[in-house]
Amino acid sequence: MEAAGLSTVAISVIRAMPERMRPPRALHCEFPIGRPLGKPGDAAFQHDVLRRAFALLERESGPVLEDHPETIVADEQPISCPMPARFDPDLPPAVDEARGIRGAYDRSRARRGVTNVGRAMDADTVPEALAALKQIADGADWKSVRLPGKNTVAVTLDIRSYYEEAALELADGPAPGPRAAEAWFFEKTEAGALVLAARAEIKRQGAQEGIWLYMAPVQR
Amino acid sequence: MPEKILGDTMLRAHVSALPVPEFAETAWTPPPPLSEARVAVVTTAALHPEGGEALTPWATSYGVLDASQRNLVLGHWSQNFDRSAFTIDPNVVYPLDRLDELAADGTIGSVAPRHFTFAGNQPDDVSAVRLDGGPACAAELKADGVDVVLLTPV
Repeated sequence: MEAAGLSTVAISVIRAMPERMRPPRALHCEFPIGRPLGKPGDAAFQHDVLRRAFALLERESGPVLEDHPETIVADEQPISCPMPARFDPDLPPAVDEARGIRGAYDRSRARRGVTNVGRAMDADTVPEALAALKQIADGADWKSVRLPGKNTVAVTLDIRSYYEEAALELADGPAPGPRAAEAWFFEKTEAGALVLAARAEIKRQGAQEGIWLYMAPVQR
Repeated sequence: MPEKILGDTMLRAHVSALPVPEFAETAWTPPPPLSEARVAVVTTAALHPEGGEALTPWATSYGVLDASQRNLVLGHWSQNFDRSAFTIDPNVVYPLDRLDELAADGTIGSVAPRHFTFAGNQPDDVSAVRLDGGPACAAELKADGVDVVLLTPV
């Protein structure tokens, strides 16, 4: 882009990248990955990042690599999120749980006017997808279980989006911190535990790494 | 209890060790004064409108985002970043509301009519984006009269 006659300024979140690739202008922000402007819902902070980034355009030569002075760590402390009580004890816990938070999901979607669920299925299909993952976690041959979209990564991204969007309505206190919704999903919900169990079982059955690894963040 | 290894720590260590293309020279285009510059965002978040065309994992083409479109889906195929941030406030990745404010107060000249998005998953050499998708996107930005491109990664 720069060679084509555009002036670029990059926000960096992994400092080794601009150090080695030497783009014309980069502002390194040691912020949680996924938050290049640092703080959702904080316009003043976002303007501070933009001001520092655009200031690099005043330099007469480069490459330029500067650091934002603030460091923000994604400490993965789960949000506090009251969940509906079990309703149907005959259902697998994750399926019952997903049905229980449907109202919160619908409110969240209506409030924002958009949803990230839809990669492999719609919200109506989330309980069915969890029931399929339960079969896998219980030892069924993962290839013969009917998984919506037939894509383990797309399915788990949709389930996570469904839960995390619902959590924005259910959680106490301020907006979730970095990776706080992720930590809640994988550490505090039946669905998160089920995704991890199904992932472990698919690995145990000898599937290729790409089938199971990306069903959850690497550190999980 | 063993100390918890944080996802960002693992990801930064992993990505920092990946091979990347390294360049002997850095291209350089002097910008006009910021108060006269037209600014566009290019992000690797693989954004798209709900129901619209999504980028596949490893796509080397790009998506076009009209500046008026705000309710966007985070299409990036990765669980290894804080996905909730974009849901809480898209400006933390795609700061169009902030750019509108900067245009309104005269800090920047104008906000581009179109913005662009790539898939964050790419092969290590990113050769297809460097040689094909990137130059094609640059030509579209130039056609829109863009001077300054803000690149935001997730």
